[in-house]
Amino acid sequence: MIANLVGVLFDGIAYGALLFLIAIGLSVTMGLMNFVNLAHGAFAMLGGYATVVLMTRFNVPFLAALPVAFVVAALAGAALERLLYRRLYQASHLDQVLFSIGLTFMAIAAATYVWGPGLQPVELPPFLTGQVKVLGLELGAYRIFLVALVIVITLGLVFLVERTRFGAQVRASVDSQQAAAGLGIDVNRVFSLTFALGSGLAGLGGALGIEVLGLDPTFPVKYMVYFLLVVAVGGAGAIKGALAAALILGIFDVAGKYFVPGVGAFVIYVLMVVLLILFPAGLYGRRG
Amino acid sequence: MNVKAVLVAGAMLAAAATCASAQEPLKVGAVLEVTGPFASLARQIENGMRLYIARNGDTVAGRKVELIIKDSTGAQPDVAKRLVTELVTRDKVDFVVGFALTPNALAAAPVVTEAKVPTIIMNAATSVIVSKSPYMARVSMTLPQVTMPIAQWAAKNNIKRVYSLVADYGPGLDAEATFKKYFTAAGGELVGEVRTPLKNPDFGPFIQRIKDAKPQAVFIFLPAGEQAVAFMKGYRERGLAEAGIRVIGPGDVVEDDVLEAIGDSALGAVTTHHYSAAHDSQINRDYVKAYTDMFKIRPNFMSVGGYDGMHVVYEVARRLNGKIDPDKAMEIIKGMKIDSPRGPIYIDPATRDVVQTVYVRKVEKKDGKLYNIEFDKFNDVHDPGN
Amino acid sequence: MSADNAPPEAAGTVPAAPAYRLPEDRWHAAESVFWLIPVLAFFFVPGYLVLGSQILIVGLFAVSLDLILGYAGIVSLGHAAYFGVGAYTAGLLATYGWGEPLSGLAIAAAIAALVGWLASFLVVRGGDLTRLMVTLGIALVLHEAANKAAFITGGVDGLGGMTMWKVLGIFRFDIAGRVAYVYSLVVLFFAFLLLRRLVHSPFGLSLRGVREKRVRMPAIGASVREREIAIFTIAACVAGLAGALLAQTTQFVALDVLGFGRSADLLIILVLGGTGRLYGGLIGAAVYMIAQDILAGINPVYWQFWIGALLVIIVLFARGGILGGLERLRALARRSRA
Repeated sequence: MIANLVGVLFDGIAYGALLFLIAIGLSVTMGLMNFVNLAHGAFAMLGGYATVVLMTRFNVPFLAALPVAFVVAALAGAALERLLYRRLYQASHLDQVLFSIGLTFMAIAAATYVWGPGLQPVELPPFLTGQVKVLGLELGAYRIFLVALVIVITLGLVFLVERTRFGAQVRASVDSQQAAAGLGIDVNRVFSLTFALGSGLAGLGGALGIEVLGLDPTFPVKYMVYFLLVVAVGGAGAIKGALAAALILGIFDVAGKYFVPGVGAFVIYVLMVVLLILFPAGLYGRRG
Repeated sequence: MNVKAVLVAGAMLAAAATCASAQEPLKVGAVLEVTGPFASLARQIENGMRLYIARNGDTVAGRKVELIIKDSTGAQPDVAKRLVTELVTRDKVDFVVGFALTPNALAAAPVVTEAKVPTIIMNAATSVIVSKSPYMARVSMTLPQVTMPIAQWAAKNNIKRVYSLVADYGPGLDAEATFKKYFTAAGGELVGEVRTPLKNPDFGPFIQRIKDAKPQAVFIFLPAGEQAVAFMKGYRERGLAEAGIRVIGPGDVVEDDVLEAIGDSALGAVTTHHYSAAHDSQINRDYVKAYTDMFKIRPNFMSVGGYDGMHVVYEVARRLNGKIDPDKAMEIIKGMKIDSPRGPIYIDPATRDVVQTVYVRKVEKKDGKLYNIEFDKFNDVHDPGN
Repeated sequence: MSADNAPPEAAGTVPAAPAYRLPEDRWHAAESVFWLIPVLAFFFVPGYLVLGSQILIVGLFAVSLDLILGYAGIVSLGHAAYFGVGAYTAGLLATYGWGEPLSGLAIAAAIAALVGWLASFLVVRGGDLTRLMVTLGIALVLHEAANKAAFITGGVDGLGGMTMWKVLGIFRFDIAGRVAYVYSLVVLFFAFLLLRRLVHSPFGLSLRGVREKRVRMPAIGASVREREIAIFTIAACVAGLAGALLAQTTQFVALDVLGFGRSADLLIILVLGGTGRLYGGLIGAAVYMIAQDILAGINPVYWQFWIGALLVIIVLFARGGILGGLERLRALARRSRA
């Protein structure tokens, strides 16, 4: 029974880790630029499709395809930010929502046109499949890989934000754009780089998620709810908040389905509503 | 008045009239879920229809076949009902076909009854659909029809303890009920059952419960597509196969369109279904080749629904010489025998539903690709209803 | 100085405001022309009446969203929840024996209003993103509940078996959709009249105050929270009315009435027509659904792409949608005349 509990817990953590990876870009974008970007899932999808193309067309191994997925999504993010998103920073949240929904539709239609509406297959390298015995428990190898990767990335992000100059610039811009600009920080550049980073992480998450979440052209809409959930509950702009929210949601979702499968689906939505009532600005948020 | 002249004039008029109606295209209105989450289903059905037209020519009984495809954008019965209404009132179609999803078919029933238009269901699989209108017939299958045999097969093959996992929606509950009924009647025992949420991304916790219960097999029914993929991957990841737990169920979970996406996790799954792309007959081999040449993907059971549905349309048109009288059409459809790529089938005259062979198959590798290889069968399976 | 100069684009959280005009409630000639169109359509395009009823119904639904979005500034991604509640209420009444249309409408609207009122307490807290999530969450929970309660609602297969009695005891719902069309048109017109009166009333004006400068409202003694709750309830009531209309005219209710797709499409429709202008919802519904009917028939995949592109273009260059664009043209014309 305890073994089951821990097993379920671990699953929840792995699921939450994946959500965090994809959603962190959205959280930072929302916190930094106050931009509600519902098209975030499309960048994740782009990373996923890039990986599939690399693996099937060019026979690139899975692990090597991951960084490429990151780069492709980051470049796409940088390009779109410069061309389109930049014009809407001062716009209302409604306009941003609509704009990003429009982008999402275009992405879905384009993906359907190029790759067809079906699911994309992915073959994992053998050492990432099956189960591994860890401390007497049987845990999924792929999930261990996921969690490990996300831990590394999170540490990297925290280091980036807390210890580097760029991170300081980001934090300054989040606090007050005007003051930061007044100090000579190129806020536009900070925005572009941050957006690119967030999109890149989403792309990486999308590639990693093919195995767990599946990849088809409707990916952005299907999982958008979950990403928004993480950002709303965690509070925009807070890494810790997004991480906490993703883990809580992941664990409760999984635990709910294990212990009370009849109402499993409700748990995550009800939990979200409850958390938002208690913490309207998110768990760690500063802005609502 | 010269009687002969009148007769000749009358004959000429009649000939002109038949010629005129012969020139009028044979309109077939298809309501499919072309965009939205069920697009891949509609794609297969549409491909099947178009393949039939390509292989048999686009003219039948002197009339050119005009295929009008309307997009219901998903499970939207109000849209489907409107599209069917427009097809019968505005476009004045001779046949209504299509329907990958049950709610769309159900919404259309009162419309086609009132307008008296023969309607061919090409995929929607709930038993009750064809009873909703005397002008509806089905060429695909029903879920109970393909689920009952797996229950009987399992009981006969020493699988006595089964855990059931279905998606929590209409078809899932149907599958669960059918399996339970026939499995327990044949002496089997259901050691546990769970219904998973419809949009469930991760089956981990459910699979853990299954592992805990230690059944000999897990009966599963999930909507075709990513749910099936997610489950099979979880099945493999958690070592259920190593624990000796087999996967059984209706063939939807390993159907040809998703088999590749699931990958090797699917190996060894035993399912029952009415069509496999690996079905060993010349008709099917030709069908699969023609389909793959034209569309570059593998045909699945839904494409066969589209293909055979078009055959019904052509056959009725041929026998009625192009003059589609709805009641006469239904008479022809009742009892019609078809040499389908899946095997021989016929339409039950009493229920207007399809009667066919349901095959027991196992997922194996053939020429390096995954296929459902048939190894046993149940002949002449009627829809057992609910 | 012409009073028609539009104010500078407000920065931050305010959607593009319509051109400044002193509030008045007179019936314009343009409005009479507008309402003549659906009446004429009944006579001139009898083959399209089924599509027509659905345009009218979606139009009413869009107007209900405009009340909270365009007038009060509440961003909602889950307005279909109340539409669905109305639809299922009307559907269940008809399935279980009470097929009288008008009373069915009233009951459905009342229940939708109740649900909206309860939900409004959750919605008025927090900022835009929170509201987005809460409204979305409520719709998702209701959707899941309707699926779970399949023994009542029919779940994914939908609620068939609705038998509608004759409207006013005289008119039977016919297959060509004529009775349904007139029925929908009359309900829409009267509901619209009421709402029009509402938005031009002091209450309606105070809503604009809420949308434009929330923090100042308490300074003039106006409770923001009360107003938001009130308008949300009213919007839910109207959405439920629209949902009930759909159920009654199609005699079928499916799970998608509560779906996210419906809420998202509605947002697009409203923005296309122009928010904050009440007629925007109707125009948006007409343009969107007619375009969809024509274009989706040509190539469904391209439809989604172009709708997305259109949305992007509207937001970037043509904020205020169709009505906003028309207003700008009028302002341009006026300036060139002056």
